[in-house]
Amino acid sequence: MRTNEPELRALMLAALDGDAASHKALLERVGSHLRAYFKGQLLRVGRSSADAEDLMQETLLAMHIHRNTYDRSQLLTPWVQAIARYKLVDYLRRTKTSVLSESVEEWGDVLAADDPISVDSTLDLEKLMAQISPKVQQAIRYMKLDGLSVSETAARTGMSPSAVKVSVHRGLKALSQLINQRSRS
Amino acid sequence: MKTEDFIEMLSTNLEPAKGGQLRKTLFIALAVAIGVVAALCLTWAPLGMPIDAKSGGHFGFTAIALAFTLSLAAVGTSILFRSARPGLSARWPIVLVGVLSLVVVATAVIALTALDSAVWKAMIFGGPWGMCLVCIPIFAGIPFVAFIWALRKGAPTDLGLAGAVAGFVAGALGAAAVVVHQSGNSVPFIALWYGGPVLLCTLVGGILGPRLLRW
Repeated sequence: MRTNEPELRALMLAALDGDAASHKALLERVGSHLRAYFKGQLLRVGRSSADAEDLMQETLLAMHIHRNTYDRSQLLTPWVQAIARYKLVDYLRRTKTSVLSESVEEWGDVLAADDPISVDSTLDLEKLMAQISPKVQQAIRYMKLDGLSVSETAARTGMSPSAVKVSVHRGLKALSQLINQRSRS
Repeated sequence: MKTEDFIEMLSTNLEPAKGGQLRKTLFIALAVAIGVVAALCLTWAPLGMPIDAKSGGHFGFTAIALAFTLSLAAVGTSILFRSARPGLSARWPIVLVGVLSLVVVATAVIALTALDSAVWKAMIFGGPWGMCLVCIPIFAGIPFVAFIWALRKGAPTDLGLAGAVAGFVAGALGAAAVVVHQSGNSVPFIALWYGGPVLLCTLVGGILGPRLLRW
């Protein structure tokens, strides 16, 4: 990831200014680094790498929500790595069964069953959405899933444009928390 | 959920990030902390009058103690601000805190060894040590809450460190407020009864950090 630093950082700076295409490209590229990182780390501590995709999406969501904590004058790689490491440690702690829950023999199966381009997580957005407040849900649905503009969403929900923006941000934070609690149980 | 769809969702209708927001939040917390400590310092009756209004006899030690506690608070603030953001190293300010503390503790030890052990008791218990022990943690309470509030708006990735430094800065500010009233009359006193409560606040912060700051 360090070798791609200049490109990724350029994407990040454009994304911070509100360029959606750069944001998407950034998340895609960082995502594939994260997937490899989490798979490796999970196997290293004797966990199934099947959760790597969940963890990766959780980390991308965290990056998105907390993108204002990135200091533009700093390198991007350490920022991403610190978030990824934090999410990994948090995940390992909250899903603490026994660290070596699988014997080494089972690893072969895990690796074999592991589709190299498995890009589907177990996160069910609809189920998670059902747990947040209807207003916030609507804001996310219109803005983030249907791609309506702020003013269209405001007109449909009866909220002010700034309330719509706040709702979307709050909603994503709530989703992040739900994902966090989900894998704790 | 497919990662592709998930990324699409996050990128749809992207808003520009509010760049200076976290910085502002941290400065507000710092202003609240300093304001509250200053107000308590001026109005807290049990502390009595500021020292220079009474005797002025220990002015030198007041200056040393004030310089010590305020420099701890200043360097601690730089660690605090850094620990609110992922991926920033706070190694140098942490080393600086260590060096500052070491200088004061070493001076205290030298002062004690140079003197007869008979006067140790007078040096260590010859000041308002009980007041330091009680007032510093009390003063540190609200600043600590303000710092935790600000850190929660950020994304600290080392929760133990972030909590500890919040306690540390709060404790150092509290100590500075007490110093204005009662500075004690020796470096060993300053090291033990000002340094000690600050250390205590740091430890408490470090224990509470992981509970209060998870995100």
